[in-house]
Amino acid sequence: MSTPTLHKHHIIQPRLYLTILIVLLVLTATTTGVAFLDLGVLNPIVALAIACIKATLVILFFMHLRYSSKLLKLTLCAGLFTFTVLILLTLTDYMSRAWGLW
Amino acid sequence: MDSQVIANDPEETQSAHEHSPHLVHHYATMDQQVESASFGMWIFLLTEIMFFGGMFMAYLLYRNWYYDAFVAGSNLLSIQFGTAMTTILIVSSFTVAMGVFCSETRNRKGLVAALSLTLVLGISFLCMKGTEWHGIYVEHHVPGPNFSIETFVHPTDARDVPMSPDAAQHTQIFFFLYFALTGIHALHMVIGCSVLIFLLIRARQGAYTDGNPTMIHNFGLYWHFVDIVWIFLFPLLYLISRHPLK
Repeated sequence: MSTPTLHKHHIIQPRLYLTILIVLLVLTATTTGVAFLDLGVLNPIVALAIACIKATLVILFFMHLRYSSKLLKLTLCAGLFTFTVLILLTLTDYMSRAWGLW
Repeated sequence: MDSQVIANDPEETQSAHEHSPHLVHHYATMDQQVESASFGMWIFLLTEIMFFGGMFMAYLLYRNWYYDAFVAGSNLLSIQFGTAMTTILIVSSFTVAMGVFCSETRNRKGLVAALSLTLVLGISFLCMKGTEWHGIYVEHHVPGPNFSIETFVHPTDARDVPMSPDAAQHTQIFFFLYFALTGIHALHMVIGCSVLIFLLIRARQGAYTDGNPTMIHNFGLYWHFVDIVWIFLFPLLYLISRHPLK
């Protein structure tokens, strides 16, 4: 597949949008269905994994990131990285202080 | 260096010479202008990730600390309602995406139709959210002086394990975070719908279908972001606590 360049603006066709919509709706139905099954520790993991897949589809196609420049891709990665730092550092702090609550 | 690249690309040479009426004077090319607008929007969304991130972090922490209270609180929410709201938002993301397509292909009627549908879906989402909040208010589950732990201490459903009054108080933290997260999300939806009304009025007059879809692009990015926040709120608030660990 050829890499789209910055200079040619890519117009996504309605067909692709429709495909993504159907996939998103199927995933929503799946995640709701799975919530009724008892999977133990896997319940939250499966639910969040499906949410991540859905978010990725929205970002790549609805938000056009797949066809955007490296600068925009890097911007999103910077955001996700900072978010990871927020979660990890805060958790490290709480888990090493709040004895007994974990 | 840049001028060399431009000179080597026949398409670029052409577009550099014909000045688009939408090109603002401090940008060299239309591409640069469009790229800057998207970049600015993504930077704004990045700050939004961190804004919601703090609340997601709080949810993660308190759900681990007061697990039973969060399970009890979450199980009072209706999965069917949550699924319906998720479906509405996902379809509205699709209609916005179609709006972007119409705006790019200079289809004024299509753009107006797509934006109108999005507005209707956005308002339906807010109405459903309001109905859900009202239900929680009626049950005295809004955190504060009128909060009632009755449902948790003396559950009507025989399958529910009664909680001690102390533990039941912690469900207030669940409902506090529920209202904070869904409230800020709904505020984003209200702002989105307001901008949408403005865009609709302009679009009817022929704006955004004249070869400059930047506004619609950036609005789309915002709307999709708000959708993504809900994509994560839905499992966290409604789904993951149905089968609590013993």
